[in-house]
Amino acid sequence: MSAATLTADSAAKSVDDVRIPLRGHLRHTGALIRRNLLWIRQDPESMADALLMPVIFTLLFVFVFGGSIGQALGGGQDQYVQYVIPGMIAMMSMTLSQGVGTGFSQDFNSGVMDRFRSLPIGRGSVLFAKISVELMRMLFATTVLMLVSVAVGFDITNWPGLFATVALATAFASSIMWVFLTLGVVMKSAQSVQAMGFLVLFPLQFGSSIFAPTTSMPGWLQTFTDYNPLSTLADAARGLMVGGPVAHDLWVTIGWSVAITAVMAPVAIHKFRTKS
Amino acid sequence: MTRIDNNRSGADIAVSVRGLVKHYGETKALDGVDLDVREGTVMGVLGPNGAGKTTLVRILSTLLAPDSGLATVAGYDVVRQPRQLRRVIGLTGQYASVDEKLPGWENLYMIGRLLDLPRKEARRRADELLERFSLTEAAKRPASTYSGGMRRRLDLAASMIGHPAVLFLDEPTTGLDPRTRNEVWDEVKRMVGDGVTVLLTTQYMEEAEQLASELTVVDRGKVIAGGGIEELKAKVGGRTLRVRPADPLHLRPLAGHLDGLGITGLATTVVDPESGSLLVPILSDEQLTAVVGAVTARGITVSSITTELPSLDEVFLSLTGHRASAPQDTVPTETREEVAV
Repeated sequence: MSAATLTADSAAKSVDDVRIPLRGHLRHTGALIRRNLLWIRQDPESMADALLMPVIFTLLFVFVFGGSIGQALGGGQDQYVQYVIPGMIAMMSMTLSQGVGTGFSQDFNSGVMDRFRSLPIGRGSVLFAKISVELMRMLFATTVLMLVSVAVGFDITNWPGLFATVALATAFASSIMWVFLTLGVVMKSAQSVQAMGFLVLFPLQFGSSIFAPTTSMPGWLQTFTDYNPLSTLADAARGLMVGGPVAHDLWVTIGWSVAITAVMAPVAIHKFRTKS
Repeated sequence: MTRIDNNRSGADIAVSVRGLVKHYGETKALDGVDLDVREGTVMGVLGPNGAGKTTLVRILSTLLAPDSGLATVAGYDVVRQPRQLRRVIGLTGQYASVDEKLPGWENLYMIGRLLDLPRKEARRRADELLERFSLTEAAKRPASTYSGGMRRRLDLAASMIGHPAVLFLDEPTTGLDPRTRNEVWDEVKRMVGDGVTVLLTTQYMEEAEQLASELTVVDRGKVIAGGGIEELKAKVGGRTLRVRPADPLHLRPLAGHLDGLGITGLATTVVDPESGSLLVPILSDEQLTAVVGAVTARGITVSSITTELPSLDEVFLSLTGHRASAPQDTVPTETREEVAV
């Protein structure tokens, strides 16, 4: 084994830095995705949240609140199942996104991030790999959710609508993940990322049309829920899967996703790049 | 091959640092550091905690941007050409580390792929390095199950994947027990034998003596001395005469006698009961002769007399006016005991 020669091409040294080709970015992101998938294989319990959350939340809401909210909707528990399941997809897109931030914070504290940052890879690869794996987790959770929902009486009548919903939720989740990635880079410990995540998560989740119609809420809260992207995502999901108006909610959700990504992706990458 | 022959005249400079400054608010982590490491040599950067050693390594490995000054590694500028630079360096130390959740093999394979090795080549290299660092049997176990020494060996293997021209070892044996420390030293010596240029930071005098051919002593962000190890010791001056009486009972009386004569150097005579010898500081050949004469005059039989250069700890003390290591950093002494056993 011999060490690389120090006398590299002198012409190369006079120019500024080289660019990494797209193929390189894909290779690096692929290697890092493999790493994150191996984590799951080493520690299958880390999938517990993605497996159990859809089960527990569905059973809880359908059987605890389903009867009374369903009545208010002019039906019963069956009516509520049709209402809440599309909302659950919206909720999970948000809740599971949070894991991206805590995992990232752990990486920083373990020192493995320093090794990555001393390698000749694009800094974005590390972020993209993390987001890709979290999206896979989310798709897994969505599959579990749909199985449970069929068990409690949800009718999947509109398959294209279901796939469109999943695509929309995925787009929204990936935009939210940039927010949590930024938190993961900026905040010192995984615990504080999680605590901060809950502070953001709870008002958005419950101050929305996910679990109950907003018509009986006070005016100020309705104003909030109207602009809350989780409401528009849940309403768009309902329109796509069950029927009803779609266009407005769909466009507002897409707008939110694009806007959040446009603002937060550069912030996350910048913070990641300049973190010392 | 324990120590690198640095007589190669006109060797290229592998690492060059000029006027490097990095401040954190009021704290001057680096306050104008100059440093050259010649190709194929091992430079030891020695200093206590907080001297700026890690900041220096982080800047040289592009993890941190300097406030001002110039630094190049293998000819690449740390600020302008970070990507090219990262391709020719390896980093191991207290911060840059392996992924604990991943098996050893997967760690090495991943880094191979991140260094753009084709799949087949990355696999081959992972196998080869595990073999070389005696980790083949632990290849499939998560790194979190490794012992401290295995972890460091995996760290070293990871930093060797890309055939680096320059290797940064940031306190490579901090926190290891003496036996594991020797193990890591042996690995580093082997790597050096392959021709890698090494910049090593350490708080341990013995580590620098074992591995480095040249030394830069840093304190509070500044270089306070530099040069070859022997050269540096000579600059500080003084030698230690180790006298071992045949009968250990003569140790203390002899020490008192020599101190009473007032012929020794700066410090007083030290009794080292473990080795059954007296450590007599001397400044000149005349003092050496006088001590030997005094011992003979007392009629004490001596089994050995040797002269030693002062330890690096003494070097540091005389350069900075304060001790290099905090009281808890007594590991080198333990290592000596271990070696004696």
